[in-house]
Amino acid sequence: MNWVEMIEKEQMRGDIPGFKSGDTVKVYVKIVEGQKERIQVFEGVVIRKKRGNSRAMFTVRKVSYGVGVERTFPLHSPVIDRIEVVTRGRVRRSRLYYLRQLRGKEARIKELGRR
Amino acid sequence: MEKGLIGRKLGMTQVFSDEGAAISVTVIEAGPCVVIQKKTRETDGYDAVQIGFGRKKTKRITKPLQGHFKKADKGFFQFLREFRIDNAGEYEVGAELNVDIFAVGDYVDIVGTSKGRGFAGGVKRHGFKGGRATHGSMFHRAPGSIGASADPSRVFKGTKLPGHMGDRRVTVQNLVVFSVRPERNLILVKGSVPGSMNGFVLIKNAVKKS
Repeated sequence: MNWVEMIEKEQMRGDIPGFKSGDTVKVYVKIVEGQKERIQVFEGVVIRKKRGNSRAMFTVRKVSYGVGVERTFPLHSPVIDRIEVVTRGRVRRSRLYYLRQLRGKEARIKELGRR
Repeated sequence: MEKGLIGRKLGMTQVFSDEGAAISVTVIEAGPCVVIQKKTRETDGYDAVQIGFGRKKTKRITKPLQGHFKKADKGFFQFLREFRIDNAGEYEVGAELNVDIFAVGDYVDIVGTSKGRGFAGGVKRHGFKGGRATHGSMFHRAPGSIGASADPSRVFKGTKLPGHMGDRRVTVQNLVVFSVRPERNLILVKGSVPGSMNGFVLIKNAVKKS
């Protein structure tokens, strides 16, 4: 077995839920302030997922007070307390960069219909 | 105490530290190395330990070298290297050295053979700036002036010019050992290490620390 891959595999977390681009997620991020640790929630649309064992990353976009904010997290980072999937979105591509050009109603994503 | 091992660079990846930072590490398969010969001040004029690493077929080893390996009686090895060690007398011929001689947090120097770049120009080899690519520029990647005319009417020695780049011995100093895994003979060091994947490297304790 490839030992570099083995080292990456053992870094991976098993508790990350499956989600895709277009889904709305809540990322609970641990923040250390001096001695204290608290949790901050970053909620938004997943606009990108990058693969690669423990090196996988994903980007979440939200609009905060009219300003678009994007945060990229390592998927298996210990900084992430947990991830919650809020809604599953129906999108037709994997990289949703077009959302950056859209505002308000246009930037909505239809929820995945249950059949 | 000085110590050293021969290893094989397996590649790079990243691991998370306890604080959640992603750290670039190089994975090296090091050892088990076998002591083939001891050199002492009395017999050889200096103290050193010669160790072997990596298996090799018997038929690919010359008869004189086979005789040399027989003294340790641990099979034949691909690489033989000497490490200058003051207390060489304490080692036994045939003894195995493993990655556990290094501990997490140790500083190490790593010697490898850098990737060969062939005949490279000044821009790649020495970081020359080069000229403009377009807008009528007639000067692109040439080295430019390499000296004056009548005086000194020669090119000074050591002038940076195009030539063979890479494929030479390179030492990287003061890398930190991130993790040691004796069960798989693996050692993870922070940062990069010279050479290609599967290139062979020497791991020594850092000269400039301790």
